[in-house]
Order: sequence, then structure tokens, then C-alpha cells
Amino acid sequence: MSFVSQAQITSPPVEPGATVNQARPRSHITIRGLTKRFARKTLYENFDLDLPKGRITTVFGPNGCGKSTLINMIAGLLPIDSGQILFDGKELRDITFGYVFQNYREALFPWMRARDNIAYPLRIRGVSKAECNARVEELASSFEIGFDLNLRPFNLSGGQQQLVSIMRALAPNPEVLFLDEPFSALDYEMTLFIRDRLQAIFMETGITMIVVSHDLEEAVFIADEVLLLSKPPTRVAEVVPVTPLRPRTDHTVSDPEFVAIKAECLRIFQREVRR
Amino acid sequence: MSVSPRPPSYAWKFPDKIAAAFSQLGHQVDVYTASFRIYILGPIFLYAIWWVTANAELVSPRLLPGPNETLHQLWVSTVHGDLLSDFWNTLQRTLYAFGIAAAFGIPIGVMLGASRKIYGSVEFLVDFFRSTPATAMFPLFLLLFGIGQEAQIAVAAFAALLVVLFSSAYGVINATKTRILAARVMGASRWRVFKDVMIFESLPQTFVGLRTGISLALVVIIVAEMFIGSSSGLGRRIIDAQQVYNLREMYASIIATGVMGYSLNLLFIAVERRVVRWIH
Repeated sequence: MSFVSQAQITSPPVEPGATVNQARPRSHITIRGLTKRFARKTLYENFDLDLPKGRITTVFGPNGCGKSTLINMIAGLLPIDSGQILFDGKELRDITFGYVFQNYREALFPWMRARDNIAYPLRIRGVSKAECNARVEELASSFEIGFDLNLRPFNLSGGQQQLVSIMRALAPNPEVLFLDEPFSALDYEMTLFIRDRLQAIFMETGITMIVVSHDLEEAVFIADEVLLLSKPPTRVAEVVPVTPLRPRTDHTVSDPEFVAIKAECLRIFQREVRR
Repeated sequence: MSVSPRPPSYAWKFPDKIAAAFSQLGHQVDVYTASFRIYILGPIFLYAIWWVTANAELVSPRLLPGPNETLHQLWVSTVHGDLLSDFWNTLQRTLYAFGIAAAFGIPIGVMLGASRKIYGSVEFLVDFFRSTPATAMFPLFLLLFGIGQEAQIAVAAFAALLVVLFSSAYGVINATKTRILAARVMGASRWRVFKDVMIFESLPQTFVGLRTGISLALVVIIVAEMFIGSSSGLGRRIIDAQQVYNLREMYASIIATGVMGYSLNLLFIAVERRVVRWIH
């Protein structure tokens, strides 16, 4: 398995004493020589990237840099022109992963109850009804679900629907969870709530998460690392470690360290936009 | 004292209690009918025009019997005559034709919709025959099935089948891509995507097709009963009444046909509401 340390990527100045993420964990997802062209433009050319195991990486960058395209290619939703994407050395088809769509309304199955939606990835793996139920209950308690899972999606609020989508993605105990702008269709209250639940689940399971975001504060808040992309042809502009300890709370947002990291990300982002 | 004492009133006064009760009743009728009052305006209006036209003999009474006579005829034919058996015959044929159309149309349509290539190859044929009036096929079906209700059912089934098939295919083609992608990304096989997602995604469109299909089946059955040898059915009944100039009977049978068409439509909307609840 090829492993390229990302030490060569310049680290942004972070306050000394923040030692949590200093030892970079080993790579979980390795991308080598990824090339993707659309009709008129080249989005990715010979693109290399390592995504760390057991960390939340958020993907952020200028419009049209292919944030979603990147995770869609990693998750196999979009074909790649050339290159290699490996998960701990394994191909995508040999691993279990979850994917949360931006548009929960179009991603859930409205003809199934919420609990059947959540159990669906298990059902297609041939898991028995009883085991499915047990898993759904387990997820419901770790998400502290306060609504009836026997309802159908169209009877749930947007936030509840997105919660069901996330639970569905987590049901088969995936190694990697992809989330494509999971909060962008939610109101602020629900965004905060789901962000917290996601963090709790992450702290409990340590599952590798790749989150596309279009909101810098949100990207920094949930991340262990913010992956900043450039304008196309897309390269890694910088990988910024986010050091504040978890669980992060409302106070984290005003923490000087957090503010400094966010400012640093913004600076890099602006530099890339103007480039 | 300037104020004259009120003389004890012996004059009869409408009792307050009863007045209040009437007012209450009026209010309740008002509330109760509020939801459908507007809907019965049209029928009342039609009835009034019909009644005036018939009674003032604006149209020859030979051509237009009054509404009361017609409704009375409908009652008599239903209770004492054989209208019900004709009604049942027509309904049965329509349902047979529709059943055949649904049983073949939905699966074939969904399969066609699932594969762009196959759909592309037959799109022209489906569209062509869908656009060909089914009645133009009467002689052909008579040759194939002989005179009798088999030919009627076959031609109606053929007409409805194309509509159902096209709608189902269309529903699958326009299925929400995200849901199919979601199922695939969870590891669902092609077959599971087909049976767990595509079928359901196509349901709303399929129901549009089924509703159009059953209306079309009824139309074709009625026309077939009129013109391709039949001894029973509402179509036969209408044309028989017309032949002997029994216009009351003719209008009554037309109304009975309308009742059937409308009821079928209502039934389908009710079923549709229950099955595809997510789009309502």
C-alpha cells in the first residue's frame, strides 16, 4: 500500500500547545493520479490525496472546484477517467461505506417507514428482520431520536429526514461515511442539532468521515482537517488541521484558537479565489 | 309618571325558543353544506335549463324528454327493467379489458423504461399505435377474434394497454435519479433497484396511465357494443333505444354510462391516494 506522508504540505501556524492532531494518523483513503475531464474543462489532472483514518475531513473550496465531484468519485457515484482510489489498500467494492446526500427529500424512500429506510442497506445484505430492528433501535438511542420511526419521511421535518438519512448511511457500520453538504438544506436550529449528533457519533465510533461543506465556519467546526481546494484544474491548496479538542461546543466558536484557524482557512480560500 | 306601564301583552308572539332552534338549525345546515354547496350549483343549473327547455318545448319533445321523465325512466329501467344486467355486462368487459392491460402493460412498461436501449427501439411503435384510434382496429380484431365479446375486450385491452405501458415506462424514465443512486450506493443489485425503487418511483405515473386506461377501455367497449355485434351492454342498449326512438330510455342509458365512468374514476382516485400517498 502506498503511503505518502503529507508532511510536505505546509502546515498553517497553530498555537503551540495544541498537540491533539500533531501526529498525523495513517492514510485511510489514498488517491493517486486521479484525472477527471468534463466536456470542455479538466477538473482533476493527476491529482494525489491522502485522507486520514478515523478523522473528519471537510472539503472546502471555491465554486466549481469539484468538491462534490471529488467525493462522488471516491464513493463511486461518478466514474473517473483514470487514476486509482484505494481504501486501506482495498477497492471500493470491497469495503462498506455510507453516503449522505444533500437533498434528503430525494434520497429517502417515501414509500417506506423511516425505520425501513434505515434498515434498507441491511436488508439488501440479507440481514434478518430481527437484527435490522435491533440495529435501528441501537442507532435511535445513540442519536437520541425523539420522533416516531414508524412515520414515513413525508411526515417528518427536514431535519428529522436528514437524521434518518444519516442513520441509514451508518446502519451497516461503514468504514467511511461520505456527507455531501449535509446541512445545506436544513434550517439553522437543525444544522446545530445534527452537527452535534454527528460529532457524538464520531467520538463514539471513530469512523472516517469526509464532509463536503460550503460554509467555512461549519467546515472548521466539525473537522479534524480542512481540505482546501484550488480553482480548476483542482489541486490541494492546503490541508489545515483543526486542533481544538472535542466535544466542540458553542464556546469553541469563540475560542481564539478556533478563530485563528478559521481566519487562516479564509485567507487561503481568498488567495485561491483570486489566483 | 310619564312612562306608561307596559300593558301585559296578550298578542301572540313567536316563541323565542323555537325561533332560536330554527336559527340554530339554519346555521347548522349552512355549516354542513358549506363544503359542497358550490358543487351542486352546476347540476342544479343544468337541471333547470333542461327542465325549462323541455317544458317550454324549445326543442322538440321527440328529441328531448324532460329531466324528471328521464330520471323516472332510469329508475324504472333499473328497478323493473334489465338496465342493471346491461350495466354489469359493460362493467365486466371494461374490467376484463383493463385487467389485461394492467397485467401486461405495467411490467412491460417498467421493463422498457428501465432500459433506455429497448425503450428507444420500440418508442416509435408504442407512440404510433397509441396515436392510432383503437376503433380503427375493430375490423382487424373482428377477423382475429370473431364476432362476440372477445373481440370487444381484445380491442379495448389493446387500446388501454398502450396507454398503461407508455405511462409506466415514462414513470421509470423520470424516476428521481437520486433515489436510484442512493440505492445503488448502498450496494443494491440491479434487480433490487428495479423492484425496490423503480417500481415505486413509477407508481404515480402508472396511476395516471391506469386512470386514462380504464376510461379509454370503457369508451372502446361502449362503441364496440354499438357496432360490433353484441346483444347486451350499455352501448347496445343506447343504440337500441335510439333505433326505436325511445329517447327516454336512451338518455337514461347514457346517464347510467356516465355513472359508471365517473364511479370508476372516483374509485381510482381513492386507490391512488392510498397507494401513492407520498406525492399528495
